[in-house]
This record gives sequence, C-alpha cells and structure tokens, in this order.
Amino acid sequence: MTIARHIKHRGDALWLAALIHRLSGLALAIFLPLHFLVLALALHHAVRLDAFLHWTDQPLVKLAEALLIFLLTVHLLGGLRVLVIENFDWHDGQKRLATLAATISAIVAFIFLVRVF
Amino acid sequence: MPETPAELSVSLWRGGAQGRYETYRVPRRDSQTVLDVVTYVQRHIDPTLSYRFACRVGMCGSCAMTVNGRPRWTCRTHVAKVAGSGRLEIGPLENLPVIKDLATDMAPFFEKWRDAKGTFAPSRTRADEMPRIRPDSPARIAADAAVECINCGVCYAACDTVRWNADYLGPAALNRAWTLVNDERDSGNAARLQAVAASGGCHACHSHQSCQEHCPLSLNPTASIAGLKRRAAAAYLKGELKP
Repeated sequence: MTIARHIKHRGDALWLAALIHRLSGLALAIFLPLHFLVLALALHHAVRLDAFLHWTDQPLVKLAEALLIFLLTVHLLGGLRVLVIENFDWHDGQKRLATLAATISAIVAFIFLVRVF
Repeated sequence: MPETPAELSVSLWRGGAQGRYETYRVPRRDSQTVLDVVTYVQRHIDPTLSYRFACRVGMCGSCAMTVNGRPRWTCRTHVAKVAGSGRLEIGPLENLPVIKDLATDMAPFFEKWRDAKGTFAPSRTRADEMPRIRPDSPARIAADAAVECINCGVCYAACDTVRWNADYLGPAALNRAWTLVNDERDSGNAARLQAVAASGGCHACHSHQSCQEHCPLSLNPTASIAGLKRRAAAAYLKGELKP
C-alpha cells in the first residue's frame, strides 16, 4: 500500500496552473508538426489542402480549434507569469494572475468560436 | 452548527515504506490538535507507535506529518480544521524515507541544507566590531522575509520537483541559502552561489509554489528561489560563476 492515498495537496490553483501549462505545452508540441504538414500541402498538393480545409469546416473541428486557441493563449500567459516570477521582484496575488490567465484564454477561445460559427 | 462527533476515526500509517494504515478510535476533545490525537493513540492504545515531536507550540519543526493528504505541522493543526467528518488519515511526510510509522528520516533534508551551503560563513572575528545593518536595507528586508523557517520539512514534502528529482536541493535549503546571500556579514556567497546554481539547484525549481502554499509559517520559498535564480544569472553574466 502506498502512503499517499489522497493527493489533496496537488489540487490548489497554482498547482493546477502548472499542470495546465505543462499539458498545453505538450498538446501544442504535438499540434505544431501537424500544422506545418498541412501548410506544406500548399506547396505541391493544393487539391489535398482544399479538401482538408473543407473537412475543417465541421463543427467538431471548430470546437477543437477553439480548444487549441485556449491552450495557446493559456500557455502564453502562463509562461509570461512564470517569466515575471523568475526575472522580476516578487508580486503577491499569483493565484489571481493564474485565474486571470485562464479566464482571458477562455474569453479569447469563446470569441474565436463566435466568429467561426 | 454541526454537532461534534464524540469519537474520531483515525487511520495511522504503521510500519516502514511497505506498511499499512491501521484505524483507531480516539475521543474527540475541544481544541484538540492532530498531535494530541497521535499522542493519545501512543499513550492509551498502542505504545509501540513511533512519531516525532518536541515543543508542541510550532517552534521546533519536528512534528510534521501528512494529514488527510496534506503535509502539515501537527501541533498547530486543529482537528476541527481538518476533520469535520470525524475522520483523520495521518501518514509520514512524503519525499523522505520512512523510519517507522509516522517518523521519517530527515537526514536527506538536512544534507541538502549543507549542500546548499546553508551554514553562516563569518567574515569577521569576535574581536572585530559588529557590523551595523540597517533594518530597512533591501538585503535585510529580503533576509527577514525568509529567515523564520523552522525546518519542519512541510515544503519539502509538498514539492513535486523534490519528488521527481532526487538531486534537487528543495525549497527549505534554497530558502536558507537566500537568507545568507542577503546577509551582509556572510563571506561564503561565491561558493554558495556556485552550489545553488549547479544541477539540482535553484534552476531546477518549476515555480509551482506548493512550498509557499503549504508553509505553516506562510514563508515564500518560491520567491527566495526566484531571487537565487536572478542572483546566479547576474553572477554568471559578470563572470563570477563558472558554468
């Protein structure tokens, strides 16, 4: 039996911010090569690119794109927060900043969704 | 207001790393602390229970344990705060070897203190005049903010980087190093910065801030470690720190 049956100390806002930062980075690292592969189609496979772009018109793909926008924004803002922590004098209110980063990211993703539907 | 249960159901870790939780019934008392509960079990139910405490007033830092999944100082943790349902699960601190039951081996924790050059290195002899340090100087303020650490190990147990990286010095040792980096009387900063900037030092910190979240004295080791990162980077740019 392991000692830690509960993991309650890994659930506070800043720990979740670190988790989201890491997972979003991982997701973007997986996404970017695929993104470049699609862009590469423009050079020699215009028909296949058009077909792919047509496929991306599906609502589920739009939702996935909105999720990507959220991940990109939350990773950017979360990374900026960490850079500020490590390179400037300490400022309290990091939980508020992490929550603000997530909120702004959700708003940006929502604006994207409204624009594409 | 919910009625206070007459008894607590208390699961305590028994054995070494491969032990198990055993459950005991402990009378509920007013103003009861988690340390009171553990002490009750040892004095009235099973005298073979091993745990560590000394001052019982939050000064010595020896009674930290994992209480319902969170590392806490047990002498200053009231049962009413953590066991509203009448259930307590108490284990040894994480990230440290278990000696027996609730007692962990703190040797790795203090060895890292030593490795981070956490010992004061005097720059004068007792024959010299005492240096005057202004209370409002930035260095004194920075040291003041971090100096009250009681070495309870709660931050060390809460830190995921410690869990992932056995070489990581940990929040307490780096926080101690930061107080000395800001001590104008100290003469060991060249070696100290070299030690804390090495592999497993301050740059390994991911700034999760779990140490700050759990520190029972509300210290902020993350801020101390960030200070060390900046100081180490500046020393490197000046050529004072070897890569």
